[in-house]
Amino acid sequence: MSVLVNKKSKIIVQGITGSEGTFHSSQMLQYGTNVVGGVTPGKGGTMYSGKGEDIFIRPVPVFNTVSDAKAATGCDVSIIFVPAPMAADAILESISAGIEVIVCITEGIPIRDMIPVQAALEGSSSRLIGPNCPGIITPGECKIGIMPGFIFTQGPIGLVSRSGTLTYEAVRQLSDVGLGQTTCIGIGGDPIVGTRFIDAIKLFNDDPKTKAIVMIGEIGGSAEEEAAEYIKKHVKKPVVGFIAGQTAPPGRRMGHAGAIISGGKGTAADKMATMRACGITVVESPATIGITMKQVLSGKAPSKTSSKPSVKKLVGKKATAKKATSKKSSK
Amino acid sequence: MKLLRKYRSGSVNSYLNKIRRELFNIEDHMNIHEYQAKDLLKQYGVPVLRNKVVFSAVDAGAVAFTDFVAQGVSVIVVKAQIHAGGRGKGIVHHPATNQVIEINGKPLRGVTVVTEGNLADRAFQISNGLINNKLVTIQTGEEGKIVRRVLIEEGCKIEHEYYCSILLDRSVGKNVIMVSTEGGVEIETVAEETPEKLIKVHVDPTAGFMPFQARELAFGLGLSGAPLKSFVSFITTLYAAYETMDCSMLEVNPLVVNSDGAFIALDAKVNFDDNAEYRHPEWAALRDIEEEDMLEVEAGKYNLNYIKLDGNVGCMVNGAGLAMGTMDIIQLAGGRPANFLDVGGGADTERISNAFRIMMSDPHVEAVLINIFGGIVRCDRVANGILQALKQVDVKVPLIVRLDGTNAEEAREILRKSGLNFLVAATLQEAAEKVTEALTLKAVTA
Repeated sequence: MSVLVNKKSKIIVQGITGSEGTFHSSQMLQYGTNVVGGVTPGKGGTMYSGKGEDIFIRPVPVFNTVSDAKAATGCDVSIIFVPAPMAADAILESISAGIEVIVCITEGIPIRDMIPVQAALEGSSSRLIGPNCPGIITPGECKIGIMPGFIFTQGPIGLVSRSGTLTYEAVRQLSDVGLGQTTCIGIGGDPIVGTRFIDAIKLFNDDPKTKAIVMIGEIGGSAEEEAAEYIKKHVKKPVVGFIAGQTAPPGRRMGHAGAIISGGKGTAADKMATMRACGITVVESPATIGITMKQVLSGKAPSKTSSKPSVKKLVGKKATAKKATSKKSSK
Repeated sequence: MKLLRKYRSGSVNSYLNKIRRELFNIEDHMNIHEYQAKDLLKQYGVPVLRNKVVFSAVDAGAVAFTDFVAQGVSVIVVKAQIHAGGRGKGIVHHPATNQVIEINGKPLRGVTVVTEGNLADRAFQISNGLINNKLVTIQTGEEGKIVRRVLIEEGCKIEHEYYCSILLDRSVGKNVIMVSTEGGVEIETVAEETPEKLIKVHVDPTAGFMPFQARELAFGLGLSGAPLKSFVSFITTLYAAYETMDCSMLEVNPLVVNSDGAFIALDAKVNFDDNAEYRHPEWAALRDIEEEDMLEVEAGKYNLNYIKLDGNVGCMVNGAGLAMGTMDIIQLAGGRPANFLDVGGGADTERISNAFRIMMSDPHVEAVLINIFGGIVRCDRVANGILQALKQVDVKVPLIVRLDGTNAEEAREILRKSGLNFLVAATLQEAAEKVTEALTLKAVTA
């Protein structure tokens, strides 16, 4: 079981013949993802099997439009590797074609282009993940993104994160302590994202196979707080959380509008306090995400208020962390 | 996520700006001066006062005479142009001696209104005090900012000061327009103490900003008659400018109404959405390199995301989230991060080498932590890059390297065999402990 995507998902790649699209399509196919086709306007009707060093394990058909691709393949998921100037258009095309899950990897889409996308999503049956995100993966079933597939393992943890490499770090730690994942969703760090923390948390809460949730946030905005309030009211599953960016110097006022609209609740300290108050086990060190989840699941969780690892405590946990690592490498 | 970096024309990076804004509360890279903001607004038909920028005191005097006094202007305002707010209350200091600059026995401030005497002489005198001296405001910190440009502007009879801003409300994914009768003060205070005095409307992306919304705002401010008409026109024009210019924020504070009932932007703060840089070639000319940190400008040349901080542990990481997480680790380990440095996806030899050089040119660095999680990037390549870099850069401080992910074992082997003095860590936890050790040793030997 998983959320949003699984081995039955039929995936098309928008921008499949570009260099990024080609490389990551070959990686996704390699992982076993059911890539049923690609879209590159003007190259419809051809078969594509990669180029240069990135040769696909099997060729896939290319279509001119997303609706052509949907009519021919019955695809329900699209991943977008289209350059930023054309990316909003690519998302809108997928929404218009009725694609259920749209994953946009593209970084650098202007806000002015994303506002109409957000409006179009609201009246549609499509869900957007990203933009500016690593994608979504259901380990062992399908990888729809740019993450290194080999670090993920199957298991009971649902993970949602705003950051890319920090997600890999957390996944590695989870896998190292023997905790696999149902699905991992990288929601992206842009001001406007299709799937917010709260949406991902709802999905994991409703998924019977997901036994616990990891959420990795960042400073800025208030999406983590919003999700925390939801967790307090509706989620019985244990949640471990981390917020990157605690190093921020406290208390300097920005003195302009940004502070009251988006930065008002944005500090790491505020976010962590709200999350703790809502029953989330918050770790201060990103090095202890895996081990903390392990403790939470074995009932030895540090209580919500005392999970402040001092330097000394960090050192004390060394043995456990090392053991876990060596177990992994001896596999 | 290396995707699309190459589609950017300049070195301005939105993710870096996000970090700047949210982690350090530092102003955006793509910041422009007040006079530039006013020039742009004027082009869109937003009313601003007659003004002219000068780069020297002599020009200030000349401009004050020919463009203002000779045109019948009897009040002028002399405004220091720096990338920071709080100029009106800010005080000018000598950059070397830190002595307060005084004019007629009074400390010189960033903004001076001249109502009497020989206006041209006074403009010269004030500009002479401003240019090449440093202005310290609540937003610059103690180090202040050197003034290099001065704006001369005509004075205006102010009936009332309002506040107005436009920006994205990301909780709903729509632009929001905010106005208040409490202009000229810090808006955060208004939002905290009298939130009812802040009037907001969200702009529906399908319909756009509608006249009824402009009227709603106007009535919310208690306007009627000529000022109401003027405000509706002002805010409509301002919103059009915000959209067309791809701003991420546009703030007019104070927005004033003069004795004729006309609304005028007395100050303007424009932030651009850096993601839209590709369709705004004109932005390049607005950049003021002198306002930016030299190391950061240097880093920008190599497309490195670097922000200098004042800590003692340098760090080099791939990915912004992991970079922030690594900085948190450094802090928990007893150190203070000396910088934020995200080398991004394509961590090749040259990139690593340049990143290294820039990081090490900060004399306060007492230890270095390299933390790379190789996803698509292969760790063995990164390890070789580090070795290459070390041939070019002399490192005298403990160097902790943590490489994990693709080909991590091979990478660690390469580092071990190099004969160089690395502290190699396998996990993030181990890296944190090695940072603590390195700093403790340093403290003991010192």
